[in-house]
Amino acid sequence: MTAYIIRRLLMALVIIVIVTLIVFFAMRLLPGDPLIIFLGQQASSGSISQEQLESLRVEYGLDKPIMVQYGNWAWGLLHGNLGTSIYYHENVGVLMKDRFPITLHLGVLALILNIVVGVLMGLAAAIRRGTWIDAVSTFLANIGVCIPIFWLGLLLIYFFGLQLHWLPIYGYTSPFEDFWYGSRQLIMPVFCMAITGLSTTARLTRSAMLEVTRQDYIRTAWSKGLRERTVIMKHALKNGLIPIVTVLGMGIGMVFAGSVIIETIFAIPGVGRLLVTSLFAQDYVVIQSGTLVISMIVILTNLLVEISYVWLDPRIRYG
Amino acid sequence: MAEKNTDTKEFSEAPPRVSEWRRFWRVFLQRRIVIFGLVVFALLVISAIFANVLAPYDPYRGNMADSLQQPNKTYWLGTDIQGRDTLTRLIFGTRTALAVGFITVGVAAVIGTTLGMIAGFFGGVASAVIMRVMDALMSFPMLILAMLLAAILGGGIQNVIIALSIASVPGNARVMNGLALSLKENDYILAERSMGSSNRRVMLGHILPNALPPIIVLVTLQLGGIIMAEAGLSFLGIGIKPPGAAWGAMVNDGYRYLLTNPILSFAPGIAIMLVVFAFNMVGDGLRDALDPRLRGVL
Repeated sequence: MTAYIIRRLLMALVIIVIVTLIVFFAMRLLPGDPLIIFLGQQASSGSISQEQLESLRVEYGLDKPIMVQYGNWAWGLLHGNLGTSIYYHENVGVLMKDRFPITLHLGVLALILNIVVGVLMGLAAAIRRGTWIDAVSTFLANIGVCIPIFWLGLLLIYFFGLQLHWLPIYGYTSPFEDFWYGSRQLIMPVFCMAITGLSTTARLTRSAMLEVTRQDYIRTAWSKGLRERTVIMKHALKNGLIPIVTVLGMGIGMVFAGSVIIETIFAIPGVGRLLVTSLFAQDYVVIQSGTLVISMIVILTNLLVEISYVWLDPRIRYG
Repeated sequence: MAEKNTDTKEFSEAPPRVSEWRRFWRVFLQRRIVIFGLVVFALLVISAIFANVLAPYDPYRGNMADSLQQPNKTYWLGTDIQGRDTLTRLIFGTRTALAVGFITVGVAAVIGTTLGMIAGFFGGVASAVIMRVMDALMSFPMLILAMLLAAILGGGIQNVIIALSIASVPGNARVMNGLALSLKENDYILAERSMGSSNRRVMLGHILPNALPPIIVLVTLQLGGIIMAEAGLSFLGIGIKPPGAAWGAMVNDGYRYLLTNPILSFAPGIAIMLVVFAFNMVGDGLRDALDPRLRGVL
């Protein structure tokens, strides 16, 4: 087990190194000089001289050979320095630190909604297989994975914001500032972010539960004359929920992918919004470090998921 | 001896053999929802091919005098700010969605299957290098990777296809890798080898055909996700460039007129939903017919 964990950790490290290479060299393929693009207007109007441009280039280390640039960036990363944004004139670490809790707040709420509602829906469908409960739940789950979240966002804004005036249509307020208003602002974004994952969870739970209830030990439990609740809750659910751990792993990725769209629609100043803004500003420093941080979080979550599998399901043995 | 007897007995009682092809269609068309998916799919292909015949107006040049019309008899779904007919743009949007979907899926399937096959079949260094790079690519959420690549390449339909293909390759490679790993252990591969078959013959003649059903199912189920990702990119403004008709971009364009002309945003969203739903249902049907063991896995 320890050997297995160490091996997985080393592998995760290798993957992270490959990710840094991909992110760095992909960004350098960006057409044009990042400095010129950013300074575009000033440079073309002549308010920035060639010398100033050169000194800026030296300041950002863009005059050095590309391998040296990579080395500097990687060295900085090892020391927790994510680089300085060209657009925001601030360290990316600071930018992320301001925005990360917001995305996390949104994401954690969405994950909770995802798992609670998804598992209940899947469970209900599996227990009452073939009845109208199953039909409705499966149909909703099938629809849920097809809804474009940006479209759902607009739909919610239109009905609950513009028509009914029930909920504020944009923005984010820290829960420490104004808990109720902040929570009301989060209702629509959280729902949008959870919908795809929720449907996937429901489908996964349903098929996992159907698989488990076919097992011999469940038949034994029934034949002992146990109540339905005991059989389902005590015997079936424990093993049926193992695949849900996978959902957690996928959910993290969905949170970040969703944050890109949802934070744009609802004007929430989180990590996703930062990425989109930087993308349009061609701020390569923020994009490369931002995507790196996101993919590192995904890699580490998946590592935890894999390790917890061994712990949850003793039948899985890794040599 | 007794064992053999029961074997033959069971054999003689087995139902008459049905053609594999007929069995496939029977299972495939068993569920009404799959048939619905197929019908929608057929309608989409028709409207994509005959877009210029079916669409009542010009998708790119509108009549400025008819700007922002509500749905009426002339413009069934109203018009946008440039006076372009929403229905026409929707019909032309089918072309974008289907072209991006099919080409991406095809490119990603070919590249992903090849890489996965090489990794799974040869193992060793090749496998380590390929699969770790695939793991690295998979650690980005698909939309974020596609966004990054689309931004680097610049928008436009061609670059969106490239970006989404790269983002979809790892999934295919991983599945194919697993399939190749398990298939190559079969006795018939050993038999083939003992006859002196080349690696290429074993891979293309034996492993690939056996890996095809799950790959086909995976690819069909990817289609919806890819169309959704394209819509997401276009919505963010990194995908299909105006004046090209893309559903995601149409939702975004309509955003500004949400209060007065909600139909501009709502209609393309429903189109996206319908397409993704149809493809998912066809994928589910294919899965049940080709390889029911994949239920709950894919």
